[in-house]
Amino acid sequence: MLVSIRLQTAEAVSRERSTLSKTLLAALLLPIAGCAAVESPDWRTLRPVSDFGVLVLDVYGDLFWWTAGIFVVVELLLIYALVRYRSRSGDSEVPDQVHGFTALEIGWTLLPAAILFFIAIPTVRTIFLLQGAPPDRDPLEITVIGHQWWWEFRYPELGIVTANELHVPVGRTASLTLTSADVIHSFWVPQIGGKRDLNPGSENRLWFTPTEPGVYHGQCAELCGTSHANMRMRLFVDDSASFAQWSAAMRATAAPDSAGVMTFLISGCAACHTIAGTPAQGKVGPDLTSVGSRTTLASSMIPNTPEMMAAWLRSPDSVKPGALMPDLNLDEQRIADLVEFLEGLR
Amino acid sequence: MDAHATTFGVPSRKMAMWVFIASECMFFGSLIATYLSYEGKSLVGPTPREILNIPLTSVSTFVLLMSSLAMVLALEAVQTGNRRGARMWLGAVVVLGGLFLAGQVYEFREFYHEGLTLQQNLFGATFFVLTGFHGAHVTVGVIWMVTLLVMSLRGQLGPERSLDVEVAGLYWHFVDVVWIVIFTVVYLIQ
Amino acid sequence: MSAHATAAHPPLYAGGLRSWLTTVDHKRIGVLYGVSALFYFVVGGVEALIIRLQLASPTADVVGADTFNQLFTMHGTTMVFLVLMPLSAALFNYMIPLMIGARDVAFPRLNAFSFWTFFFGSVLLNLSFFVGDPPDAGWFGYANLTSKQYNPGMGIDFWLLSVQIMGIASIASAVNFTVTILNMRAPGMSLMRVPLFVWMALVVQVLMLLAFPPITVAFIFLMFDRFFGTHFYIPSAGGTPILWQHLFWIFGHPEVYILILPSFGVVSEVLPTFARKPLFGAPFMIFSGILIGFLGFGVWSHHMFTTGLGAVADTAFSLATMLIAIPTGVKIFNWIATLWGGHIRFRTPLYFAVGMVGLFIIGGLSGIMHASPPVDIQQHDSYFVVAHLHYVFFGGTVFGLFAGIYYWWPKVTGRMIGEGLGKLHFWLMVVGMNLTFFPMHFLGLDGMPRRIYTYATDLGWERWNMIATVGAFLIAVSVLVFFVNAARSLASKTQAPADPWDAATLEWTVSSPPPEYNFAVVPTVNSARPFWLHKYGPTRDISTRTKAQGTPAQPDNPPTRIDLPSPSSWPILAALGLALLGGGALVGLWMVLFGAAVLVFCVYRWAFQPLERTGHPTFGPAPSGGSS
Repeated sequence: MLVSIRLQTAEAVSRERSTLSKTLLAALLLPIAGCAAVESPDWRTLRPVSDFGVLVLDVYGDLFWWTAGIFVVVELLLIYALVRYRSRSGDSEVPDQVHGFTALEIGWTLLPAAILFFIAIPTVRTIFLLQGAPPDRDPLEITVIGHQWWWEFRYPELGIVTANELHVPVGRTASLTLTSADVIHSFWVPQIGGKRDLNPGSENRLWFTPTEPGVYHGQCAELCGTSHANMRMRLFVDDSASFAQWSAAMRATAAPDSAGVMTFLISGCAACHTIAGTPAQGKVGPDLTSVGSRTTLASSMIPNTPEMMAAWLRSPDSVKPGALMPDLNLDEQRIADLVEFLEGLR
Repeated sequence: MDAHATTFGVPSRKMAMWVFIASECMFFGSLIATYLSYEGKSLVGPTPREILNIPLTSVSTFVLLMSSLAMVLALEAVQTGNRRGARMWLGAVVVLGGLFLAGQVYEFREFYHEGLTLQQNLFGATFFVLTGFHGAHVTVGVIWMVTLLVMSLRGQLGPERSLDVEVAGLYWHFVDVVWIVIFTVVYLIQ
Repeated sequence: MSAHATAAHPPLYAGGLRSWLTTVDHKRIGVLYGVSALFYFVVGGVEALIIRLQLASPTADVVGADTFNQLFTMHGTTMVFLVLMPLSAALFNYMIPLMIGARDVAFPRLNAFSFWTFFFGSVLLNLSFFVGDPPDAGWFGYANLTSKQYNPGMGIDFWLLSVQIMGIASIASAVNFTVTILNMRAPGMSLMRVPLFVWMALVVQVLMLLAFPPITVAFIFLMFDRFFGTHFYIPSAGGTPILWQHLFWIFGHPEVYILILPSFGVVSEVLPTFARKPLFGAPFMIFSGILIGFLGFGVWSHHMFTTGLGAVADTAFSLATMLIAIPTGVKIFNWIATLWGGHIRFRTPLYFAVGMVGLFIIGGLSGIMHASPPVDIQQHDSYFVVAHLHYVFFGGTVFGLFAGIYYWWPKVTGRMIGEGLGKLHFWLMVVGMNLTFFPMHFLGLDGMPRRIYTYATDLGWERWNMIATVGAFLIAVSVLVFFVNAARSLASKTQAPADPWDAATLEWTVSSPPPEYNFAVVPTVNSARPFWLHKYGPTRDISTRTKAQGTPAQPDNPPTRIDLPSPSSWPILAALGLALLGGGALVGLWMVLFGAAVLVFCVYRWAFQPLERTGHPTFGPAPSGGSS
């Protein structure tokens, strides 16, 4: 059985059924949402953009319909019993003292068991699919390292190290190796699929094949300290051309302007940060080699504009509570120089 | 309220001790499970093989086993109103229990001098916490036995109070059995 | 159904503060548990309201990040250990001896010790607010966020010490009640005649006995890591923080049943009483309760599907978890069948019991979703789980316990409680709770993680969050209505009858409130519904298969002399010693040693103090004459 499962690629698994159940699910949930919400929420976990997310949603769809059906039947029975058998006023009659009915009880012991059987089958099948080998023989390997409170992304085969903004090409499986530098974190991009923890001292794996280009919200899902809420990331699913362009740009960084490097070094930034091709080789904070090309700063909390970067350098803790980046008491001129230098790193 | 009739005809205090022992099984079970799951995971020495002194511990295991025998005889003496026997055998339990503890103190000191501390490695942490908590249980047992011995010396431990000794005995035997498991798991099967 | 208009005994609750501190009466201890739990319900509720205010809008600034983390940690810890468990303990303490026909629990002084140990532990936990450093790593306190390196303050120490102290209270209480239920039953009350509430209580005690030791061990490791520099959870020395997850959830999942089964028990008493029928399939209900408890020990890793334990482990724990749905389903069907064919009287306790069934179904069904790892890895640590657990603990436990409070209120207080306000309380709470927690399903499906103090404006989460916050305040109003109702009831002068609901079990054969000695005559029991058979004549009873005699209401005065245990100061002092020993770890070694000395001294005084001393309470005709 396992072999036959392996033969199917993850992508091809019950696509038809998935579309149907997704449509039905949306048809049921969106009106509920519409009652109170003018703009409908994104329903991120119900709108997957990867094979992984589709597999997860398939099982969710199955379970949703089973549980919704049980819910309606049981609640209706309960309400019916309450209405039908309510005591009328002046009713002092004692009802039949029924103690039980064994056949019936055995029946409603077996019924849930039967339903569970139908839930267990797709569950177990999907567990092994999700934790099996990636469907793509040549996946893009990425190492994800969690830090309080930011994400480090390493592309060993491309020689790229970056932070908080993860780029993957559409249609190619990304295979993540997950670990942590400090406490437990959890990798979660809802539209990609489920979470996987980043445990210090051991490695987890997670693969997915993105199917739609776009920018997707992700964030840490395991409480990791003060700014857990701010440990966000952006996942860029690029079409092949823009991914190639991005990775080329990441690798071909121009030699940074040496006056700027000097400012960076004397300000103390190099104690924690790396800028490739310079003496700045700190390993504690995010790699800043191409920081100017990122769209956001401070683990995706703020847009990457000169003003916001200045605010961040001025007082990291007031942007991101508990931030481990110290306030270096830089004067405004120094901040302006650094911002100019960093924004130029592309 | 042992004076009142009980549903099972078992004195409530005795039943309570059995129930408590069930709980204690989970306590030591968790400690032992942790010891096993961390076995061989230490990054630095000393390792169990380098440091555990099986002959010495075999002796102290034997001592503890003998104390259980003395406990059985003490209970029998109390039940039959044999005061001299009660004192003698309770005294023997105290002495044997004390000897076991002395052995443990000696062992811990030796290990400490050989560089195995709580902080040294995972083996040190799991070993000292597991055997230390067992030792704490033995200590409580010895104090309990001393109390019974003093009661006996004061002539307060007649056959009517044999339940006191029986319950203490249950505890003592349990602590003994736990040691057998620890001895097997920690010392014999490495 | 005789109303004991003139009490032949001194009022149960008379006496000053000292009498409460030294009481060994299970009923007074029950009241102490109940009052403490309701107080902490308000404390934990206020914490929840602040959390909801902070989350009502994106990037709000009601509290800061650290304060928010402290609030949800304290909210969770408080609601689990300081509210739901003691509130169940309150009902256990008060009702179990009355329901099994006993004069007290097996170990009255140990019972007092359990309460005071719990109480001092709860005070220690909340003292962390006053030193300005409450714990902030979540009620589940995952290692290694709790390590000295990542959490250098005292908050975690307060948390681990106080929860350990309360754990000792729970184990002591579990030993006591296990023995009480097994060994103190009235003549004739075979196990199959034990009321369902007491049965569920028994399962809970066994779960506590077996589940608390692993968490104690987990805490001991954490304590050693923090105080003595060991590396149980420190990855750099080869340890793994995942060990904590295993030990915590081996406790944590049975704990879920420790919290929900008492409520199952209450509902199984309330529904038959107000449907005026026996519980449908009582043996099935008993065995399914036992099965739930048993299976509860084999499913802990379903809390760890994202940890990365591997496909085989995930599959095993997933299937085991699904099995729990079977006995749980049996319970729900049997409750509906109990109502079926009855003549249902719609009084407040029934409202809450039905509410419990209706709301728990939602939590149970989302629980089936979490049993499936592929679904769970999306919902885990998202607001979907927050919704799920509140449908279980609020919809299930809180509603069930309120059903119990309303049901037994006349028995405990001797006063009826307002029906109008009671129903208002119910409806406000139902609407409030669904407004608060149902939208959290949507937030979770939309990707909102738990335990975040803030979220960005562009994520579209603000509308449902605002609705949840409004709902939370509605719940607060409903609780206020309850307190008003309670105060009005206590202030009223009308004596409640002994048997206001025309119920079936033994606690209704005694006056309201019961006399200090509970039963003037130890009852003889021939049926699972002894009082019902007395009132409505012998009918064929499932537990006897023959026509059984009922058990009549108790006489006003004991025909023979009754001796009760004397009050004792040693349990509370021993508990204080234990708390000083534990809390002393935060102050210094001298205080630990002092606490240990106090503990040992008090235990000895207690052990050598006779249960019944000169001047102990006596009732009924006595040669020496006079009572108490």
